[in-house]
Parts: sequence; structure tokens; C-alpha cells
Amino acid sequence: MVLSDNDKTNVKATWSKVGDHASDYVAEALERMFFSFPTTKTYFPHFDLGHGSGQVKAHGKKVGEALTQAVGHLDDLPSALSALSDLHAHKLRVDPVNFKLLSHCLLVTLSSHQPTEFTPEVHASLDKFLSNVSTVLTSKYR
Amino acid sequence: MVNLTAAEKTQVTNLWGKVNVKELGGEALSRLLVVYPWTRRFFEHFGDLSTAEAVLHNAKVLAHGEKVLTSFGEGLKHLDNLKGTFADLSELHCDKLHVDPENFRLLGNVLVIVLARHFGKEFTPDVQAAYEKVVAGVANALAHKYH
Repeated sequence: MVLSDNDKTNVKATWSKVGDHASDYVAEALERMFFSFPTTKTYFPHFDLGHGSGQVKAHGKKVGEALTQAVGHLDDLPSALSALSDLHAHKLRVDPVNFKLLSHCLLVTLSSHQPTEFTPEVHASLDKFLSNVSTVLTSKYR
Repeated sequence: MVNLTAAEKTQVTNLWGKVNVKELGGEALSRLLVVYPWTRRFFEHFGDLSTAEAVLHNAKVLAHGEKVLTSFGEGLKHLDNLKGTFADLSELHCDKLHVDPENFRLLGNVLVIVLARHFGKEFTPDVQAAYEKVVAGVANALAHKYH
């Protein structure tokens, strides 16, 4: 599902408003995901997943930075995310279903923090963007 | 059946008490049609759904959204017997409406996002987790009589 020019504008505007909160928002999304979808915890047996965990915060920062990269390269996600794509395919091997779960929790987080900006059109654009990122990250799985 | 603790049931009911079913129902259904445009296939008789603007102002969409969320709200009073509560609706959606149950999951996801948008901080991770169980339970109940 290709991102239109409007989608790209919406994604960039949202992420610009997120600004320095990217790490916090992603950490919150991860926490939401671990609570709502406990099966996702199986990928983090080495983490403390309790509320306020430093490890989850750090992971939020890592993933947040990757998303910021992605937002800056909407015209060429496969290239921008190539290394992460390799990592997920060969080392992490997170089952593809989990990308939908994290994407959903990212949308929940964004809508709760930006209720006015999170219009149906912005919601649609972000959903498409996250879906594209997920597709790229799982593209080398087999 | 959903496995909700007593605390989760309380969280679900408390939040629902603050929900304007007409407003949120209309928003949830219209967002479904905008975010997942292929879902418009079930509503061709609702008139103009050609753009997001058209969807968001379509009176039939808003009315139907209210109807759907009212029914969902009824389900919240019977969390121990969702399959029984939604049995007739399940048959209807299969035999008459021919709706792929995947659409119930999509609407459930949209509803959770709409709740988050309206309730902000109050929609904490544990409230969300309780609602994720409920929407999954309702989707499963609505799919239960499919054949």
C-alpha cells in the first residue's frame, strides 16, 4: 500500500509534533503492547518488563530513533531500513504478527497524546506508514 | 468467554459509563471506513462514501455507528456469556450480511484507538489491556456461529 503525498505530509507533521517525545512514546507503546498482548513478552525474557523499566525506556529510544530515520526516508524505506531488516530476519526473527501489535499500540499512544491532530486521515496515513515499515522489516525473512 | 479479573471488569464498566455512545460509535465506524477503505464494500447503500469528508458527514454511517456501539455496550453487561449474547447477531452477520469476521477485529482495533483518543491519560495500559480482551471476545462471539 503506497504512501500518497498526503500520507507523507501527515506522517512528517505527526512525527515533527512528537519531537523529543519519540523515545517516551515508543516506550509507552512497548509497555502497552506487553500488557495487552503478553505473548510479545516472549521476545524479551532478558528484560525487566515492569512499569518504568529502564530497559524498556532504552529500547523505546532505539526503536524511536529508527522510526525517526524512517520518517526522514519515506521515499526509500527499504534502503533506509536495510540493516534493521537484516537484523530482524537473521538474528531477532520476531514473528511477523507482532509488528501489527506494536503498530496498533503506537497508534493508541499517538492518539492519546495528540487527540486533536489524530484525525481519521492522519490515522489512516500513520497506519499505512507503520504497515510499510513492518513489511520492510520482515521482507528478508524468507 | 473473556477472562477478565474483577478489577478489569470494573475498569471496563467505569470507563464505559463515561462514553457518549452516539459520538464514539459514529467516530469508530467512520474511522473504520476511512482507515480501511475496503470495508466500504458493506455499505454501498449508505450513499456517498467516496472521500473521508463524505464518510465523516454521512448521516447513515453515524447512525449505524451508534447502533453498533449500543449493541457492543449491551455485550459489556454480559461479559461472562458473550457467545450467547451475540448468537443471533453472529448468525445475521454470516447468513444475511456476509461479513468476514476479520472486520470485527479491525473495528475492535479502531474502537480501542478511539477510546484512547477520547480518554487520553485515563486510558492507561491496564485499561487498554482490559478493553483488548473485550474487543477480542466480542469479535470471537460474533464469529462463533459462522459456518
